[in-house]
Amino acid sequence: MKTEKADVPTPTTFEPRITAFVCNWCTYAGADLAGTSRLQYAPNLRIIKLPCTGRIDPLFVLKAFENGADAVLVSGCHPGDCHYTSGNYHARRRWTLFRKLLALTGIGDDRLFFSWVSAAEGQKFADLVNDVTAKVRKAGPFQAAHPGRKA
Amino acid sequence: MARIGVFICHCGENIGRTVDCPAVSAAAVRMPGVVHSVDYKYMCSDPGQQMIKKAIVEMKLTGVVVAACSPRMHERTFRAAAAEAGLNPFLLEMANLREHCSWVHADKAAATQKAIDLVRVMVAKARRDRALRPIRVPVEPTALVVGGGIAGIQAALDIAAGGKKVVLVERGPSIGGHMARLSETFPTLDCSQCILTPRMVEAASHPNITLMTYSEVESVEGFVGNFTVTVRHKARYVDPAKCTGCGDCFNKCPLKNIPNEFDAGLGMRRAIYVPFPQAVPNKPVIDAAHCTMLQKGKCGLCAKICPRGAIDYKDQDSLVKVKVGAVVLATGFQLWDHAAYGEYGGGRLADVIDGFAFERLASASGPTGGLIKRPSDGKEPKTIVFLQCCGSRDDKAGKKYCSKICCMYTAKHAMLYRHKVHDGRAVVFYMDVRAAGKGYEEFVRRALSDDGAEYVRGRVSRITRKQDGTLVVRGADTLAGRPVTIEADLVVLADAVVPRPGSEKLAQIFGVGYDQDGFYSEAHPKLRPVETAAAGVFLAGACQAPKDIPESVAQASASAAKVLGLFANPELEREPIIARVNRATCAHCRACISACPYGAAKDFDVLDRAGKVLRTVVDVNEGLCQGCGTCAAVCRSHSVDLDGFTGEQIHAELNALL
Repeated sequence: MKTEKADVPTPTTFEPRITAFVCNWCTYAGADLAGTSRLQYAPNLRIIKLPCTGRIDPLFVLKAFENGADAVLVSGCHPGDCHYTSGNYHARRRWTLFRKLLALTGIGDDRLFFSWVSAAEGQKFADLVNDVTAKVRKAGPFQAAHPGRKA
Repeated sequence: MARIGVFICHCGENIGRTVDCPAVSAAAVRMPGVVHSVDYKYMCSDPGQQMIKKAIVEMKLTGVVVAACSPRMHERTFRAAAAEAGLNPFLLEMANLREHCSWVHADKAAATQKAIDLVRVMVAKARRDRALRPIRVPVEPTALVVGGGIAGIQAALDIAAGGKKVVLVERGPSIGGHMARLSETFPTLDCSQCILTPRMVEAASHPNITLMTYSEVESVEGFVGNFTVTVRHKARYVDPAKCTGCGDCFNKCPLKNIPNEFDAGLGMRRAIYVPFPQAVPNKPVIDAAHCTMLQKGKCGLCAKICPRGAIDYKDQDSLVKVKVGAVVLATGFQLWDHAAYGEYGGGRLADVIDGFAFERLASASGPTGGLIKRPSDGKEPKTIVFLQCCGSRDDKAGKKYCSKICCMYTAKHAMLYRHKVHDGRAVVFYMDVRAAGKGYEEFVRRALSDDGAEYVRGRVSRITRKQDGTLVVRGADTLAGRPVTIEADLVVLADAVVPRPGSEKLAQIFGVGYDQDGFYSEAHPKLRPVETAAAGVFLAGACQAPKDIPESVAQASASAAKVLGLFANPELEREPIIARVNRATCAHCRACISACPYGAAKDFDVLDRAGKVLRTVVDVNEGLCQGCGTCAAVCRSHSVDLDGFTGEQIHAELNALL
């Protein structure tokens, strides 16, 4: 029986693994724009596409950490621009509370990132990825900082 | 047991240059559930699609992952191909190797590793895809056109000619837009009124078109094919059903000195007015902000005079709901306010005017009857300086972009001026002359050679006013490499083209994207130039980008074709990405009901055979649900799930990232 786990070679230098939850209408399209504009950014981010940030179940974020992500990024439409009118407001409310809960467990601001990126903000998306990657690189591997957690 | 086929596209060299596609293919075939993996130069081409179809049939695939460009680009293409081969289209997923990988990374090893990860995520998702059936919804075959300028009028006429109903909403008291204000149009010098006013009349009298002037869109509900739009009818204080447009009221109104917006403030109007004599509908409105009766309760002259009793000072705004299936946004543009340029007088010099003011001076129906007279003292100017790129191509104080129409209308202005004032001098300061259009270059040449316009390449640094009213224009001639000073009687600034105020709010109402300057975003800059990210909402004219009349008309006709195409079917297929409730576990906490932005989550009684209510749960109306998934995330018992993005699928994607 094959497993879904990748044969990732042990990196000699620390390459952060960042999981991003993005909405289909703004940030995913913004990332597309970064692509069509050929803006170069760090290759450490893996996008999970959702219809809306409102779809993000806090369990998804926990699952990402459990699976070895060194950081999680959540990004969607700017307030007022949600394709579904108000999904991003729900996401923001949930996020505000959830990050406090996560802080209780010791997972702090250096692992969790949130930003609004519109479909027109390709440059912002590229800058965001670079910025997050640099910060996580500085913070070091999640596993090392949180020993005892499954990874 | 899942049988997934993976198809990796090189996209010519777009992906293949940075991603080792054969290596991705070799990795994919080892992923769980994958029975077939292949890479090819152009997956979207006919042979590429055939390859997918053939594999679906021969390999008995239960799911497909196409690793190529963004799903926003070709998901529809590949899903259609899958459907042709007999596979439910929703069993096909795309991994974005181009926009999200090869185009943004240079390191081949890292890009290839990321590509493999992206494919693995999508394989994990595809393994858990369920066959979905598109939801069919009826289409209301009536279109809403927002904006009654030439673009809106053209779109409305074309849709109406196609046999469908149109509601044309215009903010001002008359349709016609900016085109009605122009004197003559480039490059043929057709009289603008002569070509426009028959169209205005046609739009007003067409049996398929309902005109709503002095009205604005307040809010929108629903989705493509089924919008309910609330329109605010602003109080006109004149009953259009009774008014015959005789004009007694606005000839007698004692308030004579209100600057007329239509004449760029050069002409005056009354408090009860029609903006211009050819207005459609030719029925006045009362400007409540100025009317003595409405402000102070005194006067009432127009009501006394009106032979039909059409004046109603108690009129109020009313809200009207219209049901439409498609929307065309044609809200147009306005000129940037050059008050931001202090060096050009900051908007305080009466004889430094914008292009529209010059149009009104040159127009036979304008405040001067077509005579060029400068605003300050009514003298005929003997020297006019025209400044192009005022606010355009200036990312510091103005706008970054080129406003596109100014080169042409400035050449026209210089020409019109020289036709009217034979001994006058027309000097044009320009950065570049951009005359790309049929007959455009020839037109500018004519302004130079036949009409003697003097073109000076360079910028103007300062405009000052002398005691006697003469304007001193100081600039640089960059071709000759020396400073120039010209004494002018009138300066015309070709102000940048900017969207209408409120365009961003309207975009938010309709869910349409807009760029940093406020222009509306098309769905694809090349291949879908009239559609928007909001299904069923189309664009026409200068609300999308600066455009001249022929371009606006062409885009309006294009959007009309899109609307008619949409209305050709009585029903629409909608993506079946909707939420589902597990009635067995729903505890009826109603968190989803308060979270749903569409009112799609509703109470639902589970009945026994006798019709007795056993328990109440929540159900999702699939016609209303738009598939945002907010309900699925708020559900405490995980009883709500979203088709296409199920919790199981997302967890599987995350597991695949390990």
